[in-house]
Amino acid sequence: MTYPENYRYTKEHEWVSVEGDTGTVGITFHAQSELGDIVYVDLPKVGSVVETGQSFGSVESVKAVSDIYSPVSGEVVEINTLLADGPEKLNEDPHGAAWLVKIKLADPAQVSTLLDAAAYQAYIAG
Amino acid sequence: MPKPLGKIRPHFTQNEQLLFELSRPGKTGYQLPELDVPDVDAAEALGAGNVREAIEDFPEVSEVEVIRHFTRLSTWNYGIDLGLFPLGSCTMKYNPRINEAVARIAGLAWAHPYQPESLSQGAMEIMAVLEHHLGDIFGMDEVTLQPAAGAHGEYTGIMLVRAYLESQGNPRKKVLCPDSAHGTNPATAMIAGYQVETLKSNGQGMIDPAVLAAAVNEDVAAMMITNPNTVGVFEENIVQIAGILHAKGAQVYMDGANLNALVGVARPGDFGVDVLHSNLHKTFSTPHGGGGPGAGAVGVKSHLAPFLPGPRLKKTDGQWTWNHDLPQSIGRVRAYYGNFGVLVRALAYIMAHGGPGLKTATIDALLNANYIRARLKDYFQIAYDAPSMHECVFEDTKQEKQGARTGDIAKRLIDYGFHPYTVSFPMIVHGAMMIEPTETEPKAELDAFCDAMIAIAKEVEAEPEMVKHAPHLTRTSRVDEVSAARKPVVRWKP
Repeated sequence: MTYPENYRYTKEHEWVSVEGDTGTVGITFHAQSELGDIVYVDLPKVGSVVETGQSFGSVESVKAVSDIYSPVSGEVVEINTLLADGPEKLNEDPHGAAWLVKIKLADPAQVSTLLDAAAYQAYIAG
Repeated sequence: MPKPLGKIRPHFTQNEQLLFELSRPGKTGYQLPELDVPDVDAAEALGAGNVREAIEDFPEVSEVEVIRHFTRLSTWNYGIDLGLFPLGSCTMKYNPRINEAVARIAGLAWAHPYQPESLSQGAMEIMAVLEHHLGDIFGMDEVTLQPAAGAHGEYTGIMLVRAYLESQGNPRKKVLCPDSAHGTNPATAMIAGYQVETLKSNGQGMIDPAVLAAAVNEDVAAMMITNPNTVGVFEENIVQIAGILHAKGAQVYMDGANLNALVGVARPGDFGVDVLHSNLHKTFSTPHGGGGPGAGAVGVKSHLAPFLPGPRLKKTDGQWTWNHDLPQSIGRVRAYYGNFGVLVRALAYIMAHGGPGLKTATIDALLNANYIRARLKDYFQIAYDAPSMHECVFEDTKQEKQGARTGDIAKRLIDYGFHPYTVSFPMIVHGAMMIEPTETEPKAELDAFCDAMIAIAKEVEAEPEMVKHAPHLTRTSRVDEVSAARKPVVRWKP
């Protein structure tokens, strides 16, 4: 599996991709693989404020319900409505079509403190 | 199709229709006498808004059809009376029949909670004696029997912590839970109004005192600790851990789900616990295969006792009474006095065993779990090297190489006539297989189980695809759990 070079990652297995002052957030291929078949995704409301390291929603698989921790702080400006009826997309394309939320970043510079693709892959191998 | 296997439970193999399918218009299971009073229109008498509409398609069946339907279904069930039920963490021990005999004594079985106290002295004495024995076993000063089951006991316990800390002037903000905790621990803390902070376990699956020391401050109300923990390992640093928490004014809550590994050998009250619950339906062997009812007795040290749920038992002039004058109590947590029938069985179990008997049960539970661990360790990867207590936890890393995971092995175990072990919990173990035999299994049954597990380990090597599609010898082959969760069908339609 390839982990996009332009994304940043957390040890909680989320990724964030930044364009301008907006960060798109999702969970990693490794996360969906550990969770198994995902059956439900609970996302925050547009307009809610999220903080780094705080849970903003959850992912439910046949095995477990896991919190999703925000890699960044800011305001949720869009959520991925595809996932309500198609949670399996998180298993199929976690780094692409199955992004979770878009967040207007409180501090875009904060993203550079997260893991890069190589460091994340070393972390999960490790 | 695979070959016939060693131990197979014979099934009554016909399929069973739903009651809706058995229904025939006009059939009933009752017969009422002719109406001998004037007929009244319900809508006129009560108002149309208060009258329920007829239920469409309600099954119409005779009594014998209902009895046969459910009796046939009951033969499809698997329970502890059929064989080993190795569901880790659930403590599916045999339920001795003496407990049932005692619970059916007419004065107990037919007791009503609204009977006057003067007619309830025996029932109240039973509760008082049980509180006393549990206090002894826990090493705690006082016990409440009200909570209906384990998670309810947790909630009661953390509410006691909150009430105590509030009385000290500050309820505090956080509850700590190790990452191996039962999911009910963080859920309890949240419902009680606390933030949850999760602590990472060390390489032995235990709480790391250094990690704990860094996390504890004056915001921490309590830590919720399961001991032995969910990987079946005794938290050997528990005294030091309790000391770290107490030094900052935090309380030690013990989840007593695994108390059956300690009874008669070690007392939580002696190793620093302030409050704990015990699942009487696990440790004290009351039936819980059908989901309950349970009982989640909570024991506390004296500083928490004023906050216990009321009413409390009190003896005045040789008579038991209910004391409602408890100004600091968190209030009632359960209607009446808990699940009384469960309490009677738990006391029967304790008294039938006596102290030495309970200790022997504990030691035998550990022996059985370690016997299974020793027999299976060459075939399955043990999760942690630390000694196992009453259950052993393996991970599926060896079998994963062939593509078979813990869930597949569990399904294949059904073909061998056993209920599966606990699958994929605790979550800190990769592909967990959590096995708890309890003390009540004869060696022959443990061996039959181990033989089945070893046979499956070999099947995973020789024909992994067969294991991945198990079960093969059951009435229903593997069900599609993913579709069932994603697109649940919750209602039968013709």
